This record gives sequence, C-alpha cells and structure tokens, in this order.
Amino acid sequence: MPAIQSPATDEIHPDVALVERAKQGDTAAFEKLVRQYERQIFRVAQHITQNREDAEDITQDAFLKAYEKLDQFQGNSKFSTWLVRIAVNESLMRLRKRKTGKTVSMDEDVQTEDGSIPRDFAEWRPNPEQLYGQHELGDILRKTIQGLPPGFRTVFTLRDVENLSTEETAEALGLSVPAVKSRLLRARLQLRERLTRYFRQKNGVPKP
Amino acid sequence: MTCTDFLSQLTDYFDGQIDPALLAEVQAHICECHHCEVVLDTTRQTIAIYREHEIYEFPTELRERLHAAIMTKCRGAS
Repeated sequence: MPAIQSPATDEIHPDVALVERAKQGDTAAFEKLVRQYERQIFRVAQHITQNREDAEDITQDAFLKAYEKLDQFQGNSKFSTWLVRIAVNESLMRLRKRKTGKTVSMDEDVQTEDGSIPRDFAEWRPNPEQLYGQHELGDILRKTIQGLPPGFRTVFTLRDVENLSTEETAEALGLSVPAVKSRLLRARLQLRERLTRYFRQKNGVPKP
Repeated sequence: MTCTDFLSQLTDYFDGQIDPALLAEVQAHICECHHCEVVLDTTRQTIAIYREHEIYEFPTELRERLHAAIMTKCRGAS
C-alpha cells in the first residue's frame, strides 16, 4: 500500500522571504510588504485615532519603525501581526498626546460594566441595508464606533474588522487571551446596543 | 443556563470554540429566551456590518501619496 503523504502543515508564509530580503537591504522587497499592508495599517490607525491626519502620520511612522527595527523581528509571529502591534502602539501614543492629562491605555475602561449589559431587545427589521443608504449607514457606523472607549475599539477593530484571531489580537496588544475575550464581548455588546437605536424595529420612522 | 451564563459564552460561541456540552445549553437557552435570541442575532449582525463595510475611504491618491512618503523615509534611513 503506498504511503499517504500528509500535506505540510506549517507552510512558510510568503512574507518570511520578503522580510529576509529586506533585512539584507533589499528595499524593493520591503516595498512589497508596504504595498501589501499599507491599507490595513491605515485602517487600524484611523479606527483607533478616529482622525485621518493622525492615521496618515502613524502609517508612515509605523512602516519606518518596522524598517529600522527589522532585525528585531524574530519571526515568532506573523510579520503582519508585528506590524499591527507597532501601529497600535503609535496610535495609542497619539491618542495620549491629544488627550493630555487623560490616560489612554489598553487597561482603561475595564472596570466599568456600563453599556455592556443588554437593555434593548428590539429586533433589527428591516435589515440596516434596507433601512439606510450606503452614505447614511457609513455615518452611523463611524459615529457608533467612535463612541466606544479606545481600548474596546482597538480590540474590536483587530478582531472583528481586521479579522485577526483572538491569539493574534492578544499578541498585537500585549494582552492575555482572556483579557481580549472579555474586552471583545463588551465592545460587541456596546456596539450592538448603540446600533439598535438606529436599526430597531419600529412602526414608522426609525428613531436615531 | 441563565442569561448571564449565556452572555459569558457568546465570544466562544461566535468563535466556534465553545464546548459541545455548553453549545447544547446555549442553543436550548436561545429557544426559550427571546431576549437572548435577539442579542445573539443583532450581535452577529453588528460584527458582520463592520466587517462588510469599509467605513473609512482610502482613495488611490492618498494611498499613492502615503506609499511614496513611506518609501522616501525608508530609503533615507537605510
């Protein structure tokens, strides 16, 4: 009976070769990585800071920092997770600068349960896309996520918008897996509660 | 299962990482508790709507300008 070859389970990510080449000074290889992740990094920075100019600066700074510290990247995690971590740190630093005297960290807002306990049990009917046009829907989604505390917003962005795994999110934020899960639950429930104000089933005009 | 127990399982439920015995309890709870059924459905929609809509534009002009600026900085640093 012929031996069944099992497929390689640990395929090498294509970024690994690009990172190796970039470490040797190949800027074209690094440019490919920039091209691949610039949209994601910009989106993460904009979600956290809620400010386009800050997001532009952070995207530039994050890639420059990654380029300068490439030797420190050990390859224990994905390059993209490492890059996101740099961008998150830059973004939180930017928020701290903006809100002088007010702390902004991944640890804040965890003590309060406010807003995380479901209170509104209205169904969303018709569905939001039927209820609002694209432009209006975009405004609602931006306004709603803006109202989340930065720590929750950051976890939600990485896990649910960028689709990082719970483990990758934990790694990118320097948090434990249970801490990510707890923040994620509260972030999702708070967003759900706030969106229900717009999307709730109601006879007549939906109440904002 | 109480509503509080249900909420505590929500993240694992969405991630498909819930223990099979607990999954049966969650499903039974949803069948008998309309509020939790709504929370489950609208939370699922919350995740989907943010995942499906690109809420911040990243126009080509901005992308090219940023890209050029990043590469200029990196080349200057090397």
